[in-house]
Amino acid sequence: MNEPRALLNLNNLSKTYGANRVLDNFDLTIFDGEFFTLLGPSGCGKTTVLRMIAGLEDTDTGDIQLDGHNIGQVPAEKRPINTVFQSYALFPHMTVFDNVAFGLRMSGVAKEEIAPRVTEALEMVRLGDFAQRKPAQLSGGQQQRVAIARAVVNRPKLLLLDESLSALDYKLRQQMQIELKRLQRKLGITFVYVTHDQEEALSMSDRVVVMNKGKVQQLGTPREIYEQPANLFVAKFIGEINQLDGEIVEIDGNHEYEVRVEGLKWRLHAEHNFKVGDKVNVLLRPEDVRVEYIDDPHPDQYLVGEVVERNYKGKTLDSLIRLPSGIEVIASEFFDEDDPSFDYSLNQKVAIKWVPGWEVVLPHEV
Amino acid sequence: MKFSIGQFRFWAIGLASVWLTLFVLFPNLLVILTSFLTRDPQATVSLPINADSYVRTLDLLYLRVLWDSLRMSLLAMIACLLIGYPFAMAIVSLPKRWQPVILFLVILPFWTNSLVRTYAIQFILGNQGIINKSLIGLGLIDKPMQLLYTQFAVILGLCYILLPFMVLPLYSALEKLDVRLHHAAKDLGAGPLSRFWHITVPLTSPGIVAGCLMVLLPAMGMFYISDLLGGAKNLLLGNVIKTQFLHTRDWPFGSAFSVILIVLLGFMLWLYFRASRFVSKQGGLNGSDF
Repeated sequence: MNEPRALLNLNNLSKTYGANRVLDNFDLTIFDGEFFTLLGPSGCGKTTVLRMIAGLEDTDTGDIQLDGHNIGQVPAEKRPINTVFQSYALFPHMTVFDNVAFGLRMSGVAKEEIAPRVTEALEMVRLGDFAQRKPAQLSGGQQQRVAIARAVVNRPKLLLLDESLSALDYKLRQQMQIELKRLQRKLGITFVYVTHDQEEALSMSDRVVVMNKGKVQQLGTPREIYEQPANLFVAKFIGEINQLDGEIVEIDGNHEYEVRVEGLKWRLHAEHNFKVGDKVNVLLRPEDVRVEYIDDPHPDQYLVGEVVERNYKGKTLDSLIRLPSGIEVIASEFFDEDDPSFDYSLNQKVAIKWVPGWEVVLPHEV
Repeated sequence: MKFSIGQFRFWAIGLASVWLTLFVLFPNLLVILTSFLTRDPQATVSLPINADSYVRTLDLLYLRVLWDSLRMSLLAMIACLLIGYPFAMAIVSLPKRWQPVILFLVILPFWTNSLVRTYAIQFILGNQGIINKSLIGLGLIDKPMQLLYTQFAVILGLCYILLPFMVLPLYSALEKLDVRLHHAAKDLGAGPLSRFWHITVPLTSPGIVAGCLMVLLPAMGMFYISDLLGGAKNLLLGNVIKTQFLHTRDWPFGSAFSVILIVLLGFMLWLYFRASRFVSKQGGLNGSDF
């Protein structure tokens, strides 16, 4: 792998609407050719960042550099950046062809070059036969693809996608996720994607930044963000997670700690530096939790809980297990037809453990 | 519940139908009928039925009036569009809470009878009017300019009276225009002028056509404007019709002109529906916000 080249630099961006600080000294570097996702709950500032990159929103402070040039003062129409809008924003009075050709015509591309490029872009999103239709005659998924074609036909340095799949139904969204990813690889264009859907972010992105309240919470690959969340917000926002309270009782050095959780002592690994007596959160993904019959022989220690709910999910069986402390733990297990001890009944006492090292230990937050 | 809605529908549609039949359809049928009758000094109109009145309208003198009044109305319409479009855009760009206030000011002059307001224009444009007096006072001209009783005065009068009819449909079209389409056009490299020509104008074309019709259609018949401001030479079609009914007492001939005017207006309305169908309003956007 070559050293990734920085394509876009956001330095110290801030934005305040009235008393609401939507973006707070925001820094970000996006590499050339990557699929980058801005992920966060609504109101976290992700769309504001996107609009600033596009040039549709002014910055209060900070600067935006594309390929080393400051583009902060360049108007949107002069930036080599195109956007796929959440609302698609197709021009209703133009045919699909004219919609896609719009950007080329605006930038003065030679007439004889326009038709082949538009056709190519439409074929790429598999809408070659729809060139003469009006947007109103297309389904939501087709309109979505026109919006993508209309943006990529300009061969932008950066393609921005604003919650572009959120208006589609589940099945179509899944399909478009795969298609987008494939398109991005094929075109080699840098994609900056905005979403509040963590599943979407994880499955499509090379790197993800998790945002909350105008600040970066964590920046990393999907795997880093899922497996090593930097804080409780990220841990809870990305997927489901069980949260147990613990206390450091002993330091074994090299990030190994003895932690008291639910009355038992566990030897846990943590990236943070803790002192003896520190309160911590021990976080466990539901799929990392193991549930077993209590009368089976257990070489390791385990927690005892009572099954309070069972949820058949098709692929998995999700059990809600209440610990003596009152904390409820979700365990999500794949079906194993050969395992006789798989099915539990309600109110059954079960043993809970997890694969050592798969837990995440973070400083205690409320 | 269903019963009362049905009843409401019956009465609402029924009343409107009766009203329109009695006061629109029936009088218009009478006008059409009259246009095919013969003038009679004793009984106003009488048999036999013939198309003489229509043949007489083909006289060069009347075709000239028709052409003149069409031209003046068109010029008034174009002037209203050129003034009204930027004005409507300015209103739309104002904060939401100010827009109704400005719209209210636009229609406020309706509270004064338009005849009275036309007299006021007469005073302003006259040889002793404020414009000529100020220009003379400033030493820019020696003797009064002939402003009153010109085509210019008629067009000005039409513009003044009819401008609100242009502004209101334009405002409603511009107000509905989705700002996200502008963002998209901007994102795709369209500068302010391109955005105006490629997005704003086509998408507000139903408003443009509606405004133009709302100015053009009444303008042809506004006889009191040309009476007061145009003098004897600058006639509108409405003046001819009025003269035939009130002075010459040739009802069939006046009716024939009325029918021609109605047909002309009907043709323009047809053009309007064609134009509004051309721009499909829905689609291209879903409900979510950017």
